[in-house]
Amino acid sequence: MKKLEYDLVVIGGGPAGLAAALEARKNGVKKILICERAPYLGGILQQCIHNGFGLQYFKEELTGPEYASRFIDAVEQSDIDVKLGTMVMEILEDKKIISVNREDGMFEIGTKALILAMGCRERTRGAITIPGSRPAGIMTAGTAQSYVNLEGLIPGKEVVILGSGDIGLIMARRLTLEGVNVKGVIELMPYSTGLIRNKVQCLDDFNIPLLLSHSIVEVHGKDRLEGVTIARVDQKLKPIHGTEQYISCDTLLLSVGLIPENELSSKLGCEIDTVTRGPVVNEKRITNIPWVFACGNVLHVHDLVDNVTQEAEIAGRAAADLINQAAAEVEKDVVIRHDQNIGYVVPQHIDALNNKEKTVKFFLRVKNPDEHVRLVVKDNFDQVLLNLKKTIVEPGTMVTFNLPRELVTKDTSSISISIAREQAE
Amino acid sequence: MKTEVLIIGGGVIGASIAHQLAKYNLDIILVEKASDVCMGTSKANSAMIHSGFNIDGGTLKGKLALAANKVVKQLCQDLDVDLVKPLGSITVGFEESDLEKMKKTMENGIKNGIQGMRLLDQQELHEMEPHLNPEAKYGLFEPETGIINPFEYTVALAENAVINGAKVMLDTEVLDIMIENKTVKGVKTNKGNIEAKVIINAAGLYADKIAAMVEDIDFEIKPRKGQYFLYDKKWGNILTYTIYSAPTKVSKGMIVVPTIDGNILAGSNAEALEDKTDLRTTAEALDQIYTSTISHLFPELPRMGDVITTFTGLRAASSNEDFIIEAAKTVKGMINVAGIQSPGLTSAPAIAVMVEELVRAQNLELDFTPKANYEKGRKAPVMLAELSYDERNALIEKEPAYGEIICRCESISKGEINDAIHRPVPATNMDAIKRRVRAGMGRCQGGFCGPKVLDILSRELNISPLEVTQKGNASFVLAARNKELPLAEGDQKNEKIRI
Amino acid sequence: MEVTKLVCIGCPNGCGLTVEHSGKTIEKISDYGCKIGLEYAKNEFTEPKRIITTTVRVKAGDLPFVPVKTKDPVNKEKIFVVMKEISELEIESPVHVGDVIRSNIAGTGVDLVCTRNIKKVS
Repeated sequence: MKKLEYDLVVIGGGPAGLAAALEARKNGVKKILICERAPYLGGILQQCIHNGFGLQYFKEELTGPEYASRFIDAVEQSDIDVKLGTMVMEILEDKKIISVNREDGMFEIGTKALILAMGCRERTRGAITIPGSRPAGIMTAGTAQSYVNLEGLIPGKEVVILGSGDIGLIMARRLTLEGVNVKGVIELMPYSTGLIRNKVQCLDDFNIPLLLSHSIVEVHGKDRLEGVTIARVDQKLKPIHGTEQYISCDTLLLSVGLIPENELSSKLGCEIDTVTRGPVVNEKRITNIPWVFACGNVLHVHDLVDNVTQEAEIAGRAAADLINQAAAEVEKDVVIRHDQNIGYVVPQHIDALNNKEKTVKFFLRVKNPDEHVRLVVKDNFDQVLLNLKKTIVEPGTMVTFNLPRELVTKDTSSISISIAREQAE
Repeated sequence: MKTEVLIIGGGVIGASIAHQLAKYNLDIILVEKASDVCMGTSKANSAMIHSGFNIDGGTLKGKLALAANKVVKQLCQDLDVDLVKPLGSITVGFEESDLEKMKKTMENGIKNGIQGMRLLDQQELHEMEPHLNPEAKYGLFEPETGIINPFEYTVALAENAVINGAKVMLDTEVLDIMIENKTVKGVKTNKGNIEAKVIINAAGLYADKIAAMVEDIDFEIKPRKGQYFLYDKKWGNILTYTIYSAPTKVSKGMIVVPTIDGNILAGSNAEALEDKTDLRTTAEALDQIYTSTISHLFPELPRMGDVITTFTGLRAASSNEDFIIEAAKTVKGMINVAGIQSPGLTSAPAIAVMVEELVRAQNLELDFTPKANYEKGRKAPVMLAELSYDERNALIEKEPAYGEIICRCESISKGEINDAIHRPVPATNMDAIKRRVRAGMGRCQGGFCGPKVLDILSRELNISPLEVTQKGNASFVLAARNKELPLAEGDQKNEKIRI
Repeated sequence: MEVTKLVCIGCPNGCGLTVEHSGKTIEKISDYGCKIGLEYAKNEFTEPKRIITTTVRVKAGDLPFVPVKTKDPVNKEKIFVVMKEISELEIESPVHVGDVIRSNIAGTGVDLVCTRNIKKVS
């Protein structure tokens, strides 16, 4: 078996992996390898041909492939090695990675540090068990996106979309533009889970209805999908008897959420957060395994690629520090806690002492939509570190805030974050 | 087209009969109306090779299951088909009354010649299966029950038959049976007429419909629906043995079992039906199975989330609840093999031997001389996951496609998918690939690899991507090439959902 | 005076915008979070425009289609006219990000440009 040696291996050549590798290179890491399973770099951005990327990071609006190409060009001009069509099969505890591709066969890569950037996958129908038959014509919105944008193939002529996730909304417009009748988007929750601007420009522009508090209660058809039965749901999300309606369609697209792909990480022994379904990390994106870092959608599902890039750069810098022996071991671990209105917070830990960066950026998602709330950050002495006003919070939109590092002292052992409705004065 | 033996139905029974008769100098054609073998009852069931400890040995199905159990493990070895290790089952009880039933079951097992059965006390029960509901009190252990992949087994039987000269015709539906002088002459199919000396009706749920073509209307086949949960591999270690819930009046009890692929399969209920095509799963039944059995036995298993899929199996139940294996009464040259419900998967080899005897008894000038160059085995397809790294490298060096991973979740290579398309019984659609190599069977359910598998099928079969199906017939995956649909201009006239 | 509520699509924030107007004359725009919002409200009220992103057939490319976009937003009413013209295009490979495939697409005055590099394969 062929054996290679690198200082840093990055698994995944999507936006997270590319930015992490470039940032590590910029910070002095010499031998870097990116392993990408697809035959090209750029990851899922290559099928996201719509615009809306890069407003934060590049201050201009780009399409997915354009956003990716800026990083791909930079990697191609650098001395970072890339192996395409390469699947990582296993990560071993002794810092060895077993991969496979057509040219090298099964091969082993030794490394000093590893960045996980494998991205996420879509939830599937089986996982949510819609009753009914099992006809062709049911696929995830992302699979449809791949067929349409990469292969030039159209999945169906009359489409219903289940779930108001962004990919579903984007595909509603994409298919409509190509002559497909998108009959509507069905959302179980009483609110849209995608970005509001996607509802405006992808649904409203084309008179595609968004049915909130609705569910698909049955799928029909033997060979190919023939229709679905939809129904309104009550507050407990159970279908309301008598509200059933049959909708004929030949295709059902699912846009019901994304799940970080952590099979490799779990097998290696990374501690996985049960809510984010990504590794538990500190603010440098170090997992519980000191030479393994994680960033992008493998860590938690982001709304914006711009945030993925920034997070990947943090991981890239931290990995460089480890490789260059510029970073000490974690000296003072501070645990981040949150109240029940918050679904999750990333990072889940911070290192109180060892960090060059002036602020720590936190990402969190609320459990339910709310208005006029206050986000309060306290330490273990009940000292208020931050008290921020938020006009609107929604589960579909990530909340971010920066915590100045100087507020975290050597005596801090935990930080708690809460979100509550503002008290009327 | 002309043959000597025509078998209708490519389920485990038809394939077993083809496998059995292919030992002799006979021309054999097996016709299957679906686009693959093992598409009906054989596909969706509990996947169990019963030892017979809880079977009534007085019935035909009981006798055949007990006879088959003695040969089936050797057969699996010959055909390179794996059984889940270790063998054995535990029946789990919560109440005093369950213990009484289990004692009776044990007596029955001893009567059926099963050795090594024993009752477990609560402590031993939980030592053997630590994830069981702590409230479970009683256990009956039995060491012989096996789990196979029914699909792999059926394919192996059919492939062995093909290797020995039989022909398998997929997508071939029997429309009528030709009869002359009260003797069958062959069948009419959607692919043309096939003359035959003997017809074996192993049409599963439709065996009554085939029998009615020769006006043999003594029996009726009613579908009986059973619904199942399939759990993600991450739950694969929750149990070791096949777990039965305590038996009830109507069933041997529900089961939670490990599958060959490392998943957990749980089910099923029994619902009498009329519609032989009703493969729907229903929320009510799934809830009921989950509450009464799954969470009752293994409280850690979730209702949703890690459920990869739920599915329905239709068992072919005859009116007398037993197997019907006999020559047709109205014509010469036809054997009915009907009402093969549980334990049909187990009984298949014994059923095939019984069918051979019935065919011989028809005195049809068939040559039962053993085939000179008979191959008793078949080599299972290469599965990279089972090979050492060096073995994989040797393969990849010869054929780089084995180094190109198509299915991420199950690590399946393009080489393995190509192989499946070119096997003795070929995979010609998405689900057929999934069943053979497990591509698309993992966590993403084909989300990532679907488009790639479709592309490979289209290239290898030399058909348009639009002709690739999910599961044969008109189950096309895609509808059009982009830029070829008429575009709506200005206002959309298309009909939308209205509430 | 009438009031029209809009949602800005200029960035992921999705700010709600208020346009006060008499008939077609804008009197006042409020609630915008930045100048993108102000600009958007003006345009959306007078002549709504959108960037179109889609794909175009490529001959002998490493992909059968190349992703493209209109370099600037086009009148919303013209979306399907533009799509129709795009559906008839087929271009030669290779192409690069930013290459103009068709200038003044469907008479909109806007150029259609590639958003991905496509290599030529034999």
